[in-house]
Amino acid sequence: MKLTLKIWRQKDASAKGQIVDYTLDGVEGDMSFLEMLDILNEELVSKGEEPVEFDHDCREGICGTCSLQINGEPHGPDRLITTCQLHMRKFNDGDTIVIEPFRAKAFPVIKDLIVDRSAFDRIQQAGGYISVNTSGNTVDANAIPIRKEDADKAMDAATCIGCGACVAACKNASAMLFTSAKVSQFALLPQGQVEAAERVENMVRQMDLEGFGNCTNTGACEVECPKGISLENIARMNREYLSATLKG
Amino acid sequence: MSGLIKSSIARKVVMALSGLFLVIFLVLHVTINLASVISPDFFNEASHFMGYNPLVQYLMQPILIVGVIVHFVMGFALEIKNKQARGISYVQFKGGAAAPWVSRNMIYSGLVILAFLGLHFYDFWVHEMSYKYIQMNPEDPTRYYAETVEKFAPFWRTIIYVVSFVFLSLHLWHGFASSFQSMGVNNKYTPSIKSFAKIFAVVVPLAFVFIALYHHLNPITH
Repeated sequence: MKLTLKIWRQKDASAKGQIVDYTLDGVEGDMSFLEMLDILNEELVSKGEEPVEFDHDCREGICGTCSLQINGEPHGPDRLITTCQLHMRKFNDGDTIVIEPFRAKAFPVIKDLIVDRSAFDRIQQAGGYISVNTSGNTVDANAIPIRKEDADKAMDAATCIGCGACVAACKNASAMLFTSAKVSQFALLPQGQVEAAERVENMVRQMDLEGFGNCTNTGACEVECPKGISLENIARMNREYLSATLKG
Repeated sequence: MSGLIKSSIARKVVMALSGLFLVIFLVLHVTINLASVISPDFFNEASHFMGYNPLVQYLMQPILIVGVIVHFVMGFALEIKNKQARGISYVQFKGGAAAPWVSRNMIYSGLVILAFLGLHFYDFWVHEMSYKYIQMNPEDPTRYYAETVEKFAPFWRTIIYVVSFVFLSLHLWHGFASSFQSMGVNNKYTPSIKSFAKIFAVVVPLAFVFIALYHHLNPITH
C-alpha cells in the first residue's frame, strides 16, 4: 500500500517543530507500525536525509518505550496494544496518517517524536516502591496470605508499563491513571501498608509538581491504555490520598 | 493540611462536594416548583416560608450562594490548569474516540448554566430583594404564584429557560456520577449510581422544562 505520512519533525527541544509530509510506497499489512517507520527511515537515510527519531525498545508491547499519537490517538486506532503491536493492515492503501509525539507540558519533546517521560520516573521515585530488607533476611512474599481478588487487582494495576498513553489521551494531560496504578499495586497488598500514607501523598505531590492536569473522569485514559488499567485505580488513589491527608 | 488544599485531588473533591450539594438543592427547588403546577396555594405557602424564614434566608441562602461560587470558581481554576497542562496542541486529537462529548465539555455546559443563573437571579432573587428591602413592601403570602406565572409569559424567556435546562441535563449527565469517582467511590454500587445519576439528569431538567412550558402556555387571565 501507498501512504501519505504527516510527521512532526523537530530538530531539538528548543527548536520550533512542524508537520512534514512524506509518501511511502510498498508498505505491507504484516508490517508493524514501527517497521513501517523503519522503512521510511531507510529511504530517508539512502537519500541523505535525517531519519525520523522515535522511541522503541522491546517491540512486543511490554517495555512501554514506544509512544506516538497516531491519527489523533495514542498508540493508534486499535485498543489494548502499543504502537509496536499495531499492524499496517489496520490502514488502507492511499491513507494519510498523522504522526505526532505525545503532547503534555510535563512531556517535553526531545527530538521529532521522542518525548522526555522522566516525569513518570520522578513520580515513581517519590514513593512507588516498598522498603524491604534485602540483606539476606528477605521475607518470602508468598508467605503472607493475600485474598485472591486483591492479588488479582494489584497484578492488574502492576501491568501498567508507564508508556504515557493516559496522559496523551487525556484532554487535561492528566497522569492520574499512571500514578493511581503505581499507588494501587501496593495499596492492595499487605507489603504496601507500612508506607501507604507517605506513598500516596508524595506521589500525588510529585505528580502535581510535574505540571500534569487534573482528572475530570472522562475515561479516555482507560480506553486508550494499552494495558486496560481501570479507572477504579484512580478512585482508590483518591480514597488513599484523602484518608492519608485527613489522618495526617 | 496546606498540601491538601493545593493538591489536584482535593480540588476535585471540592468540585464533587459542591456539585453534590447543588444536586440536593435542585431536588428541593424542583419539588417546590412542581407545586406551582399542582397547587398554587401550597406553592405560595412554600415560597413565603422560603422567603421569610430566618434560617433559610440568613443561613441556607448564603450557604447556597457560596456553594455556587465555589463550584464555578474552582471549575474555572481547574480548567485553566488543565488547558496549560497540554502545552503544545495536537495537530489532530480524536477526543471523541475515547470519551463522550458531555464529559469533555463540562466547562461549556457549565458556562451556559452560569449565564442562565445570571438571568435567573435577576428574574427572581433581585426582584425579591427589591420587593423586600428597597421598596419595603409588606409581606404578602399570596403573590408568588402570580409572579412566577407572569415571568414565563414572554416567549424568549421561556425558551432561554428551556435551553438552559437542556445544558443542565448535559452537565448532570456526566457530573453527578463523576462526583462519586472524584471522592473515591468506585465499587459494586457504581453501575447503580451511574444509572440513577443518568435518570436524575433527565428527569429533573425535564420537570423544570415542563414547569416553564406549563406556565407559558397557561397564563393567568384576569
